Amino acid sequence: MSQTVKAVGGVVGWVDDRLTTSSFFKRNLNKVFPEHWSFMLGEIALYSFIILLLTGTYLTLWFKPSMIEIIYNGSYIPLRGVKMSEAYASTLDISFDVRGGLLMRQIHHWAALFFVGAMSVHMLRVFFTGAFRKPREINWVIGVVLLTMGLIEGFAGYSLPDDLLSGTGLRIAQGIILSLPVIGSYASFFLFGGEFPGSDFIPRLYSIHILLVPGLILALITAHLMMIWYQKHTQFPGPGRTEKNVVGYPLMPIYMAKAGGFFFIVFGFTTLLSALVAINPIWSYGPYNPSQVSAGSQPDWYIGFLDGALRAMPPIEIEIFGHPLGLNILFPALILPGLMFTALGLYPWIEQWATGDKKEHHLLDRPRNAPTRTAIGVMALIFYCLLWINGSNDIIASGFNLSINAMTWFTRVGILVLPLVAFVITKRICLSLQRRDREKLLHGRETGQILRLPHGEFIEIHGPITAEDRAVLLAKHDIEPLALPESHDANGVRSPARRKKKSLAKLSHFMYGDNVPKPTAEELADADSHLHHELESDGPVLEHHRQLEAIGGVIHDPSHDPTHSTGHAPTGRQESGEPAQK
Amino acid sequence: MSSNGHGIEPTDNGVSAHKSDDLAPVEDQHVAHPPRRTDIDPRAERRAEHQVATMFGLAGLTAIVSVVAFVAIDPDRLIYVPVIGETSANNVVFGATFGLSMFLIGAGAIHWARQLMPAQEVVAERHDLTSDPADRADAIAVYQEGADGSGFAQRKIIRRSLLGAMALFPLPLLIILRGLGPKVMDPQVLGETIWKRNEPIVTDPTSRKLRPQDIPVGGLVNAVPESLKEIEEREGTLNARAKAGLILVRLTPGEIRSQQGDGWDYQGILAFSKICTHVGCPISLYEQRTHHLLCPCHQSTFDLADSGSVVFGPARRHLPQLPITVDAEGYLVAASGFQEPIGPSFWERSS
Amino acid sequence: MNSLAAKRRHPGAVLVVLFMGLCLTGVIYSVVGSAATAGAAPKAASSTEVDHGRQLFIEGCSSCHGIGAQGTQNAPTLVGVGAAAVDFQVSTGRMPLAAPGGQAERKPPLYTDEQISNLAAFIATLGPGPEIPSASDLNFINADLAEGGDLFRTNCAQCHNFAGSGGALSNGQYAPNLRQATPRQIYEAMLTGPQAMPVFANTTITPQDKQKILKYVTYLQTSPNPGGQDLGRLGPVTESLALFTIGFGALIAVSIWIGARAK
Repeated sequence: MSQTVKAVGGVVGWVDDRLTTSSFFKRNLNKVFPEHWSFMLGEIALYSFIILLLTGTYLTLWFKPSMIEIIYNGSYIPLRGVKMSEAYASTLDISFDVRGGLLMRQIHHWAALFFVGAMSVHMLRVFFTGAFRKPREINWVIGVVLLTMGLIEGFAGYSLPDDLLSGTGLRIAQGIILSLPVIGSYASFFLFGGEFPGSDFIPRLYSIHILLVPGLILALITAHLMMIWYQKHTQFPGPGRTEKNVVGYPLMPIYMAKAGGFFFIVFGFTTLLSALVAINPIWSYGPYNPSQVSAGSQPDWYIGFLDGALRAMPPIEIEIFGHPLGLNILFPALILPGLMFTALGLYPWIEQWATGDKKEHHLLDRPRNAPTRTAIGVMALIFYCLLWINGSNDIIASGFNLSINAMTWFTRVGILVLPLVAFVITKRICLSLQRRDREKLLHGRETGQILRLPHGEFIEIHGPITAEDRAVLLAKHDIEPLALPESHDANGVRSPARRKKKSLAKLSHFMYGDNVPKPTAEELADADSHLHHELESDGPVLEHHRQLEAIGGVIHDPSHDPTHSTGHAPTGRQESGEPAQK
Repeated sequence: MSSNGHGIEPTDNGVSAHKSDDLAPVEDQHVAHPPRRTDIDPRAERRAEHQVATMFGLAGLTAIVSVVAFVAIDPDRLIYVPVIGETSANNVVFGATFGLSMFLIGAGAIHWARQLMPAQEVVAERHDLTSDPADRADAIAVYQEGADGSGFAQRKIIRRSLLGAMALFPLPLLIILRGLGPKVMDPQVLGETIWKRNEPIVTDPTSRKLRPQDIPVGGLVNAVPESLKEIEEREGTLNARAKAGLILVRLTPGEIRSQQGDGWDYQGILAFSKICTHVGCPISLYEQRTHHLLCPCHQSTFDLADSGSVVFGPARRHLPQLPITVDAEGYLVAASGFQEPIGPSFWERSS
Repeated sequence: MNSLAAKRRHPGAVLVVLFMGLCLTGVIYSVVGSAATAGAAPKAASSTEVDHGRQLFIEGCSSCHGIGAQGTQNAPTLVGVGAAAVDFQVSTGRMPLAAPGGQAERKPPLYTDEQISNLAAFIATLGPGPEIPSASDLNFINADLAEGGDLFRTNCAQCHNFAGSGGALSNGQYAPNLRQATPRQIYEAMLTGPQAMPVFANTTITPQDKQKILKYVTYLQTSPNPGGQDLGRLGPVTESLALFTIGFGALIAVSIWIGARAK
């Protein structure tokens, strides 16, 4: 033991003599990380990216980014003698002639799907818990940029093998570029080095895919992590957790073991999946040929919403100054995603502006405690998912005997109606959950045990809530909506800024107006004293209460429900053996 | 508490304190977590230790197995696996053992952390993210002093010429990208094909000429111009093919409700561009009963019996029709080139 | 109180109940559904081929196609469709229709091979049409597989998908998957253009080219999955489904394990 300490001391000392690292070392090894399963989602994205770098480097050792047409003569018999690009032929070689190459290709592709998927789910977690609030707005924006980069990087990788599926995807991308007003044709000429498909695009895409975009992603991930490190992680409310502290496990040893272990789990699981489940069997698609197409030509999942939007869009093309402007393409493929990602990036400021909440937040919101935000999030999610589903409507239609035409119409109407319905329902659910939380605080948890009193009345026994639950519920942060401004100031003069203030107040009411306030300390104390009084005046109940003591329950009498009257029932926490002794 | 030796020491009150100034134990006794079985039962602790070691041991073992499998299994060898079917033996055995090996390392480390490392949460105070107002003022002052020293604000002529230079210097960086595009750029070529008068229509990919009687009513032929083969060999790209794809269908003349030009069919045989006018996918999902042509990419549907007009989906423009006839030998040929640009719309497209 | 009742307020209880409800619905649906599609026994036989076929036709088909096979409002004429069309429709079980309307589905054939050949012989007498391909037409042993693939991708994949898994057409129609199709049925389908499918006559795709396609489709039916479970060979959609169910399901389960306090 002492020898190990000596050895460690030696190394630490050697580095410290040169770089003064001891205080840095001490501070960072003690770094505290709060724990929650949803905090792992971002880690999945990070580890997937590392896997992508490793497997991607491996694939570059064989892949030839060339569109020169050659005759395939490798070991995949059904394509022998077929003309194809070198890019496609080398991908076939990786799959069939490089031992272990197929596994690496499949890990790379699965990890790519995981990467974008984990970023998206992580973003949802950050959104619904309000982790994007001050001081973390910059990191939110970096995250949105990372997600966009992930989409571009993924689409580039999907396109490189030059198989029939990816070539069809590129053809669509080129058609979209052509729809750009004024510059469309030239943008296409410059990207493809002439007409589609030409012979330049794959090599160009290759340098973007393996150098430019991954470099940017790596730089942004570094910034993202440094900011998390410096600002410290947010935490969910709980016992002992405040806005001023962070409660969790230290980096050394627990977090290091868990995070390091999780990297191996993610890598191991992706590898297992790649060994057992095929992904992107490019040999089945055949080489790209612009006069061939397969039914069910779809992009990978993260581009699916764009495909769905393109499918759902009605055929609108307008003419300006004698030039065609294809809104049927421009709107779903470029304007809509542009708006979506801009709104996403600006959301922290939009919420700050609407709520006037400019305080720092390190305690996360439970989604129910920010009902309007949660409802907005669900609304956006439903909108996205409808487009996403429409992007695979042909597969769904042939699998479930539906009509693609009917599904398209459902999407066209649904994206206008269902998000609003989702907004209302989500908000109602959140407010109901708030009400339940309040009830729990005021008279404990329902045990589901029914008790019949001597005079025939049935009552339900309420059990105490745990100290942990209580701390979580008490951490709810109520914000008063801004008051509507007086129409005239003290001197009877109409205030010029009134209109602006009024709309802000309205916005604030929209965000917080129907919040169910958490009980005040007074109400909680009141609930306690009420219980004593109740038990002294009511003999039989007291008797039963005594018996209940043994199983740790308290009695909930519906006639004294604090949410229906001003009276208050006992809470779990005040519950003790005391009343029975009186 | 033998496992509690990693930088955390038990204190008098039994709550672990982290050895650091800015860390304090969670004070509220109500939240002190009940001890784990491994904390109070030495046998459980021993068992957990064994479990972790077993996982690490198995991880090492599966790593060796994966190397053996990689070397020993012929990559062409197939193996039947339930649920999966016939699959590559090398891929499935190597991948599964390699994956399992990493998975076990991860699972072991996490099991170790959960069961045997100290379970007491610690508290760290957050530091203020805002600087001391004095510091902030100093920083601004330093900046201001520097800015004043540079004279950027006062020396108008320097400032303006610098801004001008900075605005102009990216231009060479942009112009150097000119090489990305071809030497000559005429947007009109985007809609032009190699179809021309008397160009024979041949089957794709078998390049056989067609006589009208070869195509039955209800028939579909995927076709290309005869000269495509030669052009592809000369150019070495798929550019011409990406625009020239054609489909031929035959209807009874009575079924044709309208055409884009008088007599553009030949005895009920209609020729349409195969390139979707939406974003350019090749379409040949021909439903012969309804004469509808469906694009698999975004589901634009065209009615070939009615001038190739759009009946559903996002495409705005009809599918361009190619006038056809027969040559002296009785083979189908194009009567002319396409009378309008084919494929997706582009800014310079006329009409 | 028993332990099950005690757990009924557990957060997972809703999920469990939902899952059980879904399972129950599935079981009921499959029982009721299979009961509804069963029925109809094979018909009796007679002596000479054409007469036998006519007899079968009058008993089994004439109610829709008319006594003289001239067609009615409900069904097309069979004059001139040829023996190949009859063999395809009846041997794939598409005819007789289970119910009028909608697309005829593949199901177990109602007639024996002999009955089908008699029916086909009868219909062939009504007018000239594509004949049932001979054994030598269907002999694709020496056909070129790679050329077959190219032909398949040009002429078939647009509807039947790159791996013959089928796909959607407009208004609820679909191109069926080709997994169970026999070489003879595939050949006949190309010759006759059943339902929405266009005709690929021997004059546009020669018998030699058809044999190449047969070779490729047969290869697709029996080809291994080098990469593992093929997820129905439907492209990225089912891959996404696997990602968000199996993939994220497993990794989130591990995350929950990591985050949960040990007991």
